[in-house]
Amino acid sequence: MSLRVSELRVYYRTLKGDVKALDDVSFTMRDGEILGLAGESGCGKTTLGKSLIRLDGRMRHVGGTVELDGRELPIGDDRRMNAFRFHEVSLIPQYSMSAMNPTRKIGKMVGELLRSRGVALDRAELESRLELVELPRTVLDNYPIELSGGMKQRMVMVISTLLNPSLLIADEVTSALDVSTQKAVAKALIGFRDAGFVKSMIFVTHDLALTSHIADTVMVMYAGKLAEKAPSAAMVTAPRHPYTRLLINSLPEVGVRHADKKLSGIAGSPPSLLDPPAGCRFRARCPVAGDECAQEPPVAEVEPGHFVACWKA
Amino acid sequence: MMLQLDNVTKVYKVGAFGGRTFAAVDGVSFDVRSGEVVSLIGESGSGKSTIGKMILGLTPVTAGSITVDGAPVKAAKEYYRHVQGVFQDPFSCYNPVFKADRVFQLIKESYYPQVSAAEWDGRVRSAIEDVRLDPGQVLGRYPHQLSGGQLQRLLIARALLLDIKLLVADEITSMLDASTRIDVLNLLAELKERGLGVLYVTHDLSLGNYLAERTVVLRNGAVVEMGLTDKVFGDPLHPYTRKLLAAVPRLNAPWEDAAPTDACRYHAGGASGALFEAEAGHFVACARLDGCPP
Repeated sequence: MSLRVSELRVYYRTLKGDVKALDDVSFTMRDGEILGLAGESGCGKTTLGKSLIRLDGRMRHVGGTVELDGRELPIGDDRRMNAFRFHEVSLIPQYSMSAMNPTRKIGKMVGELLRSRGVALDRAELESRLELVELPRTVLDNYPIELSGGMKQRMVMVISTLLNPSLLIADEVTSALDVSTQKAVAKALIGFRDAGFVKSMIFVTHDLALTSHIADTVMVMYAGKLAEKAPSAAMVTAPRHPYTRLLINSLPEVGVRHADKKLSGIAGSPPSLLDPPAGCRFRARCPVAGDECAQEPPVAEVEPGHFVACWKA
Repeated sequence: MMLQLDNVTKVYKVGAFGGRTFAAVDGVSFDVRSGEVVSLIGESGSGKSTIGKMILGLTPVTAGSITVDGAPVKAAKEYYRHVQGVFQDPFSCYNPVFKADRVFQLIKESYYPQVSAAEWDGRVRSAIEDVRLDPGQVLGRYPHQLSGGQLQRLLIARALLLDIKLLVADEITSMLDASTRIDVLNLLAELKERGLGVLYVTHDLSLGNYLAERTVVLRNGAVVEMGLTDKVFGDPLHPYTRKLLAAVPRLNAPWEDAAPTDACRYHAGGASGALFEAEAGHFVACARLDGCPP
């Protein structure tokens, strides 16, 4: 078991009270697994990604544990966490455009970054990885501004994984890219896993179609809780949670036309996480909600590897 | 024939002192008829937003002409009575210190000062109902109290209060969640049925395909393929269109490897960079492609 997250709760402190962005989330990841984390804005997917590497000033670790390769990550302790960052857990941020130092040539910046972690730069290794993501060696002598968005994204990917971290968190890495660049970046991510540069990966995205191609397992979150977690194929073909079903039905695909098949969205909006309702949080928007939904549904394994938090599933 | 673009070109000055030029849009011609959605598809830097801005008179045309019902674009009040735009980021379209419904009041002040407050209130409510919102839930609220989908639909309601004939929708669903995105798209489809012309600018092929009768695919400022959506997406002729379609991730199908992009089947028919009609209502250009001999 590469990663084990147990009953993790992370709240945002605000003047009005705690926003329960991550409320009792548990899951595990195998070695070599790519976990796709999907959901709408505000469902807690980015919070979960950030919790595993760095809590920002407003976030508070309220409860639960994270275990990576059998060692507990001190996620609430910023200083102790430093030893794990980059070596054990690494992150590809959403806006790689602003992730690199604009005043340094990329090669120099990478050297400085590694020195700050007490590691010497292995130029040959770096160049072989650039080759893997189809970047020319000359990018090391360029300033970040000279690279296109997709190139920068791939460069940041190479930098983030230089120390072969056990867990890589890729937060919406393809959202700002064009479809053809998106595909190249996605394939490169899979290549990194296959080459063993990273042991496992959490791929955070709002695009279910994309994640079903990259990830081995997809986890859908709703309002700070796990709604459904299943192997990618099962998630797409046989979703069990009503939210996942509605979400998949609202996706227009190439070939679907308004005139032939009218898709519909999900009525209503997610609940406020300042004071989330008791019971199932999707209840107010759910077409099949019943009386039992006033009780919080437990996460149940309906089939091997297929977890659903719904009374009706 | 309502919106007509004829050989439209936009050249930006770039470089430290504007010493170099860059053609963001290069000889683009197409039209949008009443009661029709045309989607304008392109990747970053293809010039799709520049075209939208020129139609809205937000930036001047370098060469060529854009006409709406025969009259040229004019950044004037009367023009905006008929042509309106909605943009990508609904959160930055509202002034956060005022209530969101102030956008309706501003329309009344500049276009309908003679309408009585009671009658205006009725019109606002019916426009809000037209965009499938509940007036009670959105009126009197501040922008931060409303969701992105609600704000975006309020902006469409604002355009509906005017006597609009053409709506330029520039990436209006990009910032919305999957569950609300489709509602906004369905709304555009309903507007079309009311006789509006909609130019739907997007980078998302599946959204364009869902909505539009006709599709224009742009690359580097020029049209590479256009025609009926069924034809362009059903039987793409241009290697670039095929490559784009192959790159779209689909839920149930495996990710195709890029369709062969080596040669263009129709190259012999095309003059250098010019669009030619490969079949009725389906235009392709190919000589600009890398890989095609000049």
